[in-house]
Amino acid sequence: MKCFSRYLPYIFRPPNTIFSSSCHTEADIISTVEFNHTGELLATGDKGGRVVIFQREQESKNQVHRRGEYNVYSTFQSHEPEFDYLKSLEIEEKINKIRWLPQQNAAYFLLSTNDKTVKLWKVSERDKRPEGYNLKDEEGRLRDPATITTLRVPVLRPMDLMVEATPRRVFANAHTYHINSISVNSDYETYMSADDLRINLWNFEITNQSFNIVDIKPANMEELTEVITAAEFHPHHCNTFVYSSSKGTIRLCDMRASALCDRHTKFFEEPEDPSNRSFFSEIISSISDVKFSHSGRYIMTRDYLTVKVWDLNMENRPIETYQVHDYLRSKLCSLYENDCIFDKFECVWNGSDSVIMTGSYNNFFRMFDRNTKRDVTLEASRENSKPRAILKPRKVCVGGKRRKDEISVDSLDFSKKILHTAWHPSENIIAVAATNNLYIFQDKVN
Amino acid sequence: MMLSKGLKRKREEEEEPEKEALAVDTWWLDPRLPAVAQAPPAVPSNSLLDLSVLKLHHSLRQSEPDLRHLVLLVNTLRRIQASVEPEATLPSVPSPPEAPGVAADSLLPSSDAALSASMASLLEDLSHIEGLSQAPQPLVDEGPPGRPSGGAPPGLGALDLLGPATGCLLDDELEGLFEDIDTSMYDSELWAPASEGLKPGPEDGPGKEEGLELDEAQLDYLLDVLVGTQALERPPGPGR
Repeated sequence: MKCFSRYLPYIFRPPNTIFSSSCHTEADIISTVEFNHTGELLATGDKGGRVVIFQREQESKNQVHRRGEYNVYSTFQSHEPEFDYLKSLEIEEKINKIRWLPQQNAAYFLLSTNDKTVKLWKVSERDKRPEGYNLKDEEGRLRDPATITTLRVPVLRPMDLMVEATPRRVFANAHTYHINSISVNSDYETYMSADDLRINLWNFEITNQSFNIVDIKPANMEELTEVITAAEFHPHHCNTFVYSSSKGTIRLCDMRASALCDRHTKFFEEPEDPSNRSFFSEIISSISDVKFSHSGRYIMTRDYLTVKVWDLNMENRPIETYQVHDYLRSKLCSLYENDCIFDKFECVWNGSDSVIMTGSYNNFFRMFDRNTKRDVTLEASRENSKPRAILKPRKVCVGGKRRKDEISVDSLDFSKKILHTAWHPSENIIAVAATNNLYIFQDKVN
Repeated sequence: MMLSKGLKRKREEEEEPEKEALAVDTWWLDPRLPAVAQAPPAVPSNSLLDLSVLKLHHSLRQSEPDLRHLVLLVNTLRRIQASVEPEATLPSVPSPPEAPGVAADSLLPSSDAALSASMASLLEDLSHIEGLSQAPQPLVDEGPPGRPSGGAPPGLGALDLLGPATGCLLDDELEGLFEDIDTSMYDSELWAPASEGLKPGPEDGPGKEEGLELDEAQLDYLLDVLVGTQALERPPGPGR
């Protein structure tokens, strides 16, 4: 097999296991993927409102070749379908986003949200249980007090590890429109939730109030031309956040400037390229994801065809633009017809902000090395995921002669879209959600 | 409290899922030229316009339309309409109640006037959606300074005023006016569950519209009085 290290410094190999639901129903479609701050845990949310958390195995000296693999750690039902009786509307239980809180004690905390309600979950382990109660017997039945003649102190005995997930807070009734983003603030006391028209700031301790910090709802809804598509706090400056719009713009706001951040501090927009103008220009410019770099110096945005990196100090254009699947530019009409043009892809930074990754169709995902300017297309598929195999780069042929390993644009499977990916915060481990399958790829060990 | 024991789920043998290759719809392409090389036409065909209108209607018929999808569709439609007919401008104020009747006939507009009216009614639907989703938001509006929430809550729909909870807003002599208004029409039509499928077809629309017009005019006047200068959006009627 060829050595593909010239494409990227990393060579990913698939794990021994691909996590997949046993029967493929729509509820099993993965809708969000997120590593925690140490990378020890990986959470996924699905359309059925479930959260599955994977934990990395501790590396053992006996099995050096078996780098810490991820196993299922906890599964719980985060959100249930609800019915809003006032508006006669069903509220989907689909988990739109999961965000981890930094670990402050033995338990893990995460935020999960559907369209309307954010929940704070506590995930904790229990490996001991008390035994020797005075008033209850070992099965938990109450004893007849008349039979108790001695007093003893219950002791903690080890038990099989049990992982419990408990909802600690429920933040409800603050969003009229669909929540698309949540972001934990660097102060670890507040977080924000963003829907199509508003962004609210919450304190973790207070569930019955939230502070509205952005409101772009026009007085007359007929004048509505733009919605909020994503929002995120700055990784270090707790007063700064950004939000993106359906018109391809990004606004950076400073909460110190005013209570209501309707006026932005910075406005990022790239002028439209007149040669690429079409009826679909606005749709494809709609930003589907925005992410700060770990350094906090850059933001990355994903629109339908490209990924862009912006310097916070330069508002008039991005500093880097990467073409994800430019061969689709001539297919926009068809993609409009089948609604694929509205798909919302996410994008992620690696731990050192040197590589960015995003998904595409046909279960392809793309990586761009910002330093070497090299890029690679990889595929998340079972055929390519034999143990010890190395992921082979893929190539899409855009016309003319198709080489042996290439795939032509017309053969792409547009039902297989990779919308959600995640990158370990410090290592070269990536998680790729392909419909109802979760692939975890690790860097090759030399 | 939820308890779970970590269980490793291994992928079982599964059949190869059917590949759904993109059926490249090339109805708008010249078959003699290579498909990849052709860009979308500068002047939209009627098909693109009709497709967009159909998409918009389909989106609006959802029980809770995706606002981003809706806004992008409307903006794209505006672009298409602007290139078809550069001098026509979309009315930005709600058109008079006759518009729904016109829109009913012109789901697939073929005339310019019908297109404008149809667009206006489609945009009205946007505001109708807003009226439905305008639930009271005490939590959001109670926020610290920066959220002026004085005066009447914005976008107060007609339904709110018809409800019993807001009876305190009505004077005694006005209450009588509302007593004989049959609100079951609003109740049953608008609270129809999504599983009922498409809402009543356009042909059902105009008949009921006419019966409501007199009430609507009265309502509009009364509500203007009650709410001050707040221009009330046309109450949503059946068939929408």
